[in-house]
Amino acid sequence: MGDAAAFAADRADPMVPRVARVRRRRRDGPLVWTLELEADGADPGGFAPGQFNMLTVFGVGEVPISLSGDPAAPDRLVHTVRAVGPVSAALARVEPGGAVGLRGPFGAGWPMAEAAGRDVVLVAGGLGLAPLRPALYRLLAERERYGNVVLLYGTRSPDEILFRREIETWRRRLDIDIEVTVDHAAGDWHGHVGVVTTLIPRAAFDPLHALALVCGPEVMMRFAISALRDAGLAEEAVYLSMERNMKCAVGLCGHCQFGPVLVCRDGPVFRFDRLRGLLRTKEI
Amino acid sequence: MEGLERIIREHPFFAGLEERFTALVCGCAKNVRFEAAQYLFHEGGPADEFYLLRHGRVALELRAPGRGAVTFQTLRESEIVGVSWLIPPYRWTYDAKALELVRAIAIDAACLRRKCEADHDLGYDMMKRVMPVLVQRLQAARLQILDVYGSHG
Ligand SMILES: Cc1cc2nc3c(=O)[nH]c(=O)nc-3n(C[C@H](O)[C@H](O)[C@H](O)COP(=O)(O)OP(=O)(O)OC[C@H]3O[C@@H](n4cnc5c(N)ncnc54)[C@H](O)[C@@H]3O)c2cc1C
Repeated sequence: MGDAAAFAADRADPMVPRVARVRRRRRDGPLVWTLELEADGADPGGFAPGQFNMLTVFGVGEVPISLSGDPAAPDRLVHTVRAVGPVSAALARVEPGGAVGLRGPFGAGWPMAEAAGRDVVLVAGGLGLAPLRPALYRLLAERERYGNVVLLYGTRSPDEILFRREIETWRRRLDIDIEVTVDHAAGDWHGHVGVVTTLIPRAAFDPLHALALVCGPEVMMRFAISALRDAGLAEEAVYLSMERNMKCAVGLCGHCQFGPVLVCRDGPVFRFDRLRGLLRTKEI
Repeated sequence: MEGLERIIREHPFFAGLEERFTALVCGCAKNVRFEAAQYLFHEGGPADEFYLLRHGRVALELRAPGRGAVTFQTLRESEIVGVSWLIPPYRWTYDAKALELVRAIAIDAACLRRKCEADHDLGYDMMKRVMPVLVQRLQAARLQILDVYGSHG
């Protein structure tokens, strides 16, 4: 789009996108790309782990995408996108140097302050690892502030493991427990096979002093929460990130209403007890 | 025998097992080991033993035409391999392969089934231990069928 200047930064108005350039683009799995964006001119601001941006592909449309990078490096706006439909596919195709529109960051993030002094269990499914990665960066950067840190990650198959090299690096650290499992695998995979919930009963955390951060497909989150509850965690100690189609991202249009809450404004991260009953409702 | 009884009593599958039942189970049990890549059993074969894992991991595999062996679950120490031993027609419905050196207690299924028939209290106790394993695996299979990590997750 030639008149990208029309989208010039105006952070005062959350409805007006700024222009951002794709600085790097990396394939992170079948149909999954990680884009590192740099906003033109404007100050990088900063973001909280769990927040998202609204990204526009000019002439195609706008979608909410979580920040998946390091909150300590806010000038690198990292997003991990799976091409599932017209906008996300167009976004995943933007080459380095190309422009996209950007509004945000929006939403309530992971409860990092509440996690201080407690064990933290991150349960991620599939692409759900992307919105959790900023929380993990923060936990590792301030490692001494937390008790045990456990990452349980499940995905479909070995070639769909997100951020694989980074997971392998984290695994070498002695101050974090990481378990990865896949739903099915061919003979050359030597890791775990089975659904992510099977990792929960063995994870090293004290249920009375732990917080769980859960992100993934809704069905997976339902099963994970039930396994966490079986392990002794209270509903108030479980947080999850919800995805609902959204348009304005600032709580005005009502598009992302989920029962009594608006996902964009009140979430996307919610404490589980606030959503009790809603997660099992077929259509809301 | 003393050692075997202790191992059986301490294995999570048999947690809280009454002493008289421990003796009965123990009479059907022996220590076994499998080298990496060795099969514990094959699909279609008679389910005449099941295994309490003590060390090492086991892959449960299905063979699909054109895809070779697909692992749908791995099991590790403190879990059991094999549930078909308690359910007619007592045949394995998948292959089980040691992924590394595996040490286990093998329980002679025909021996234990006979004891379960003779003493229904023991049989009921075994059912109560096997059922949760079956239910967990059924739930896991449902999640796998839903393919929740696909683009419609
Ligand atoms: C707060 C929030 C954060 C998000 N973070 C990310 C992120 O970090 N990375 C990312 O790739 N996506 C993320 N999403 C989802 C992303 O916004 C949607 O995938 C996107 O809006 C789809 O738009 P589309 O035009 O490409 O496809 P559409 O035409 O809207 O949808 C195409 C197909 O994809 C399916 N679909 C739509 N949304 C999803 C979804 N969320 N998950 C699975 N299938 C879906 C639809 O059912 C449809 O079948 C997030 C959503 C929210 C609400």
